[in-house]
Amino acid sequence: MAAPDPANIFSPVSTPANQIHHLSLFVMAICAAIFVVVFSLLVYAIVKFRRRADDDGREPAQIYGSNQVELAWTVIPVLIVVVLFLAAARVIHAVEDAKMPPGATEVVAVGHQFWWEFRYPGQGFVTANELHVPVSDREHPTPTHITLMSADTDHSFWVPRLAGKTDLIPNRVNSMWIDPHETGTFVGQCAQYCGTQHAKMLLRVVVDSREDFEKWAANEKNPGAQVEAAANGRRIFESTACVNCHTVEGTNARGKFGPDLTHIMSRATVAAGAAENTKENLHLWIKDPDAIKPGCLMPAMQMSDQDIDAVTAYLMTLH
Amino acid sequence: MLDADSISKPMFVPPEGVQARPWLDRVHEWIVTVDHKKLGLMYLCYGLLFLVIGGVEATAMRIQLALPNNHFVSPQTFNQLFTMHGTTMIFFSAMPIVFGIAVYLVPLMIGARDMAFPRLNAWGFWMSALGGIILYFSWVGGSGLYGAGGAPDVGWFAYAPLTSPAFSVGHSTDYWIIGIFVSGFGSIATAVNIITTILCLRCPGMTLNRMPLLVWLNAVMAFIVLLAVSPLTAAQVMLLIDRYLGGHFFDTQAGGSAVIWMHFFWVFGHPEVYVLVLPAFAVLSEVIPVFSRKPIFGYSIMVVATLAIGFISLSVWAHHMFTVGMTSYANAFFVASTAAIAVPTGIKIFNWLGTMWGGKIIFKVPMLFCVAAVCQMLIAGLTGIMLSAAPFDWQLGNSYFVVAHFHYVILGVIVFGVFAAIYYWYPKATGRMLSERLGRWHFWLFLIGFHLTFDFMHVPGLLGMPRRIYTYDTGRGWDIWNLIVTVGVVFQALAILLWVVNVFGSYYKGEVAGNDPWNAWTLEWSTTSPPPDYNFATIPVVRSARPLWDLKHPEDPDWKYE
Amino acid sequence: MAASTLTVPQAEVPMSPHLRGRVGMWCLITAESAIFTIFVVAYLYYAGKSTGPTPREVLEVPIFISICLFSSSFTIVMGEKAIHRGNIKLFTAWLFATIILGAIFVGGSLREWYRLIYEDGVTISSSLFGTNFYSLVGLHLSHVIVGLTMLSTVLIFALLGRVKQEHAERIGVLALYWHFVDTVWVVVLSVVYFIAR
Repeated sequence: MAAPDPANIFSPVSTPANQIHHLSLFVMAICAAIFVVVFSLLVYAIVKFRRRADDDGREPAQIYGSNQVELAWTVIPVLIVVVLFLAAARVIHAVEDAKMPPGATEVVAVGHQFWWEFRYPGQGFVTANELHVPVSDREHPTPTHITLMSADTDHSFWVPRLAGKTDLIPNRVNSMWIDPHETGTFVGQCAQYCGTQHAKMLLRVVVDSREDFEKWAANEKNPGAQVEAAANGRRIFESTACVNCHTVEGTNARGKFGPDLTHIMSRATVAAGAAENTKENLHLWIKDPDAIKPGCLMPAMQMSDQDIDAVTAYLMTLH
Repeated sequence: MLDADSISKPMFVPPEGVQARPWLDRVHEWIVTVDHKKLGLMYLCYGLLFLVIGGVEATAMRIQLALPNNHFVSPQTFNQLFTMHGTTMIFFSAMPIVFGIAVYLVPLMIGARDMAFPRLNAWGFWMSALGGIILYFSWVGGSGLYGAGGAPDVGWFAYAPLTSPAFSVGHSTDYWIIGIFVSGFGSIATAVNIITTILCLRCPGMTLNRMPLLVWLNAVMAFIVLLAVSPLTAAQVMLLIDRYLGGHFFDTQAGGSAVIWMHFFWVFGHPEVYVLVLPAFAVLSEVIPVFSRKPIFGYSIMVVATLAIGFISLSVWAHHMFTVGMTSYANAFFVASTAAIAVPTGIKIFNWLGTMWGGKIIFKVPMLFCVAAVCQMLIAGLTGIMLSAAPFDWQLGNSYFVVAHFHYVILGVIVFGVFAAIYYWYPKATGRMLSERLGRWHFWLFLIGFHLTFDFMHVPGLLGMPRRIYTYDTGRGWDIWNLIVTVGVVFQALAILLWVVNVFGSYYKGEVAGNDPWNAWTLEWSTTSPPPDYNFATIPVVRSARPLWDLKHPEDPDWKYE
Repeated sequence: MAASTLTVPQAEVPMSPHLRGRVGMWCLITAESAIFTIFVVAYLYYAGKSTGPTPREVLEVPIFISICLFSSSFTIVMGEKAIHRGNIKLFTAWLFATIILGAIFVGGSLREWYRLIYEDGVTISSSLFGTNFYSLVGLHLSHVIVGLTMLSTVLIFALLGRVKQEHAERIGVLALYWHFVDTVWVVVLSVVYFIAR
């Protein structure tokens, strides 16, 4: 797998993740302080007040309580709680209620069992599993606003370096935003149990420079050239059940149940990150999806190896 | 009281020259019993048996996750394992154990002869037991037996619409629903019984402010059960209506709401964890004073804190839903209520510390488990504070950080508390002491295993590992942590094995306990070990919260300071 | 314990065991209230979100059967008074009246359901309104039926001469359940036929 940086909530590259990072450091510092104080007292108590070997057998002073001490250790925690609440409320508001500037990129993410559909309504194309967004300048932010919906069960969009997770819930529209300051590929995966292959519903967010993003978007808008050498594969593809589930712009394939394959070769992985996008894996995926993702919803196509080879060759022309 | 006649032999060894009754007779006695002590022990044994079964399920999962891209179990089986593990541990292990301790100890500690409704007590137990049997039938039903259905795989909180007929084909989800539904009736019945017993059957002189803290904590626990288990029962009826009568409560394809299931479930689910933890606090509040040789520090504030926890726990549920897309106001409210509950919980930790402070701490095995539990409660509470800050939860929620947090509470506090309880009260129930030596081995092995597993489990969560995944790729930075987590399981399993040996072996070979082996102060230690069927020869009359202290120290009784 | 020498001030004798039944029933009522609350919350949440016939189009306020049910709380109180005084015959009469009034409620409800299902086409699966209506109202109706079953059992025992004045407290516990069922109907009636209509 071409190695993107492992997801780590402590190396944020986008404002929501940054805000959370700062809050988390603050909260953890308070918790660490509380831990050090209380744990030291506990250790001190069990060491100093243990019964010695030469104990005289008398019971110690029977203290029932102390109003001052009990008041102190009520008031101090209340104050800490108030401070924590205010800190958290500030970040909640900053992230959830942020207004998007007019130049924001709009994406609609639809969760499926077990892949991601990404629509770019402003640009008029649909892609899957790998989300491309433009990098955002700190001075003049160009964030990406993501509307989250689901076609079946609950899912959750989690790319730790970019933002906290937000769920995709059927019959409900959720919303999140990211404004990555660095280019690169950031991984994540579905974070709400959605069925058998929840584990392999991975997510890649590719942050492009402005020009690269425009180039990528322009490519996505085109249906893609028809390569003569792959005509046989295309014919097989169009006349088999593939078209019931998949869409390839420029052909008669208009299925919506599975990912859009118009530009499948622009993606680094197949099966929502379950395997690298290579000829062998494509062949295997069509022949026996359960070998890569057991329990996924793509059926084994029951095609001959020759036919699969042809279709694979065709798919590999879809850049 | 403390004489040769009252030092008894263990429960079933008959005196010299008397024939043991036929074993069938004895089994029959247990099946039809309405005696709270026998029912308490049955609840406890049932819960401990399922603790081991749930542990086996967890072990299978940890083997699968020890290495990346492992093939120890299939994804389908893994999903069933985590569903069954969670459901088993909460409903058929922890709850029966908690009820067992309450049902056994409460009548003894308030000077009563039995619970308020002995037959209801039995009914409650058998309903709870039936629920577990129904759930576990799902492992064998499978596609045989006319398609009876396999084990459920929807997770222990069974989010909609994964549980709808469209996504949950066959009967596996129905086992989850009905198993819990049936045992829910048992839980409510037992809660009714506990509250009525505590309100109506206290011995003369035992006003509310003289009740042992264990009794207070179990009263609040029972009250929470009444208010929290019922919403789950209601939601499950709704789900059954959806699945069998074509209803649309959670049918998102027909306008139903997936989020409302979450609300209903967590209105149950969060108070439920307080149902489990308050009895553990109860054990700590009884054992720590005895082994520090001082009364509990701040009895009144401990009661107030308990009531506060009970009350606030009903208002925090949506902190399990911070990522669902609620408004910022709703999120902020639940941050406030969740952080608020940290105050009375922290107070309890401080009061236990205050109890030990200035005492003469005796490190017998019950106290070892208690001290560890207090330290672990501190850590678990602090990771809970982290999670209560909603934005932080947006990263950590549904990840292994959360899994680590709640296992820290359930194992680190509740199970450690249960072990303390068993080492402390086993002598009372059986008349024999458990082996201190084996107990120490149990403690240290379990402590090491627990920390290996659950300390390091926080790290993958911070590195982006979500929960409920049957495998993961290498190169995510998760490999080494998962391996260490699995290694910890070995120590825990070994510890449990030693403990089982201790429990069974000590029954026959343990040192005879006598009425009051720990020099304690509450009423159960005034009667024989084990207690007779009628508990007390005469109903006691008390003048303070520590009646045996008053008896043993007539020159300085507690009631002088009330 | 020095039971013989220790006298306990009257204020320190805790509640008596004979109140067990009442306390237990209040606990059960608490739990049942929580169950009903969830169904009411769902009902209110989904109000106005349903397809198909609206509540306004198909529901008529069931005035007569509601009066019958509320009156049955009165009759059972009269019955309680009678048995407290030892007048078993009068108790039996009031008990019988309570059951009749409750049965009218059940019969009337079922008639309303028949009309809704066969004339208006509203079933538990036909719409969100249908699901919520039959669930909430049905849950209440099932509790009425359970109550009627218990009352009828007591009636049979009373007719067989087995009910005595000393059973007054137990009758009180059963009456408490019946009052609870009535109170729930106040809530359900308000929510279904007025607030969310």
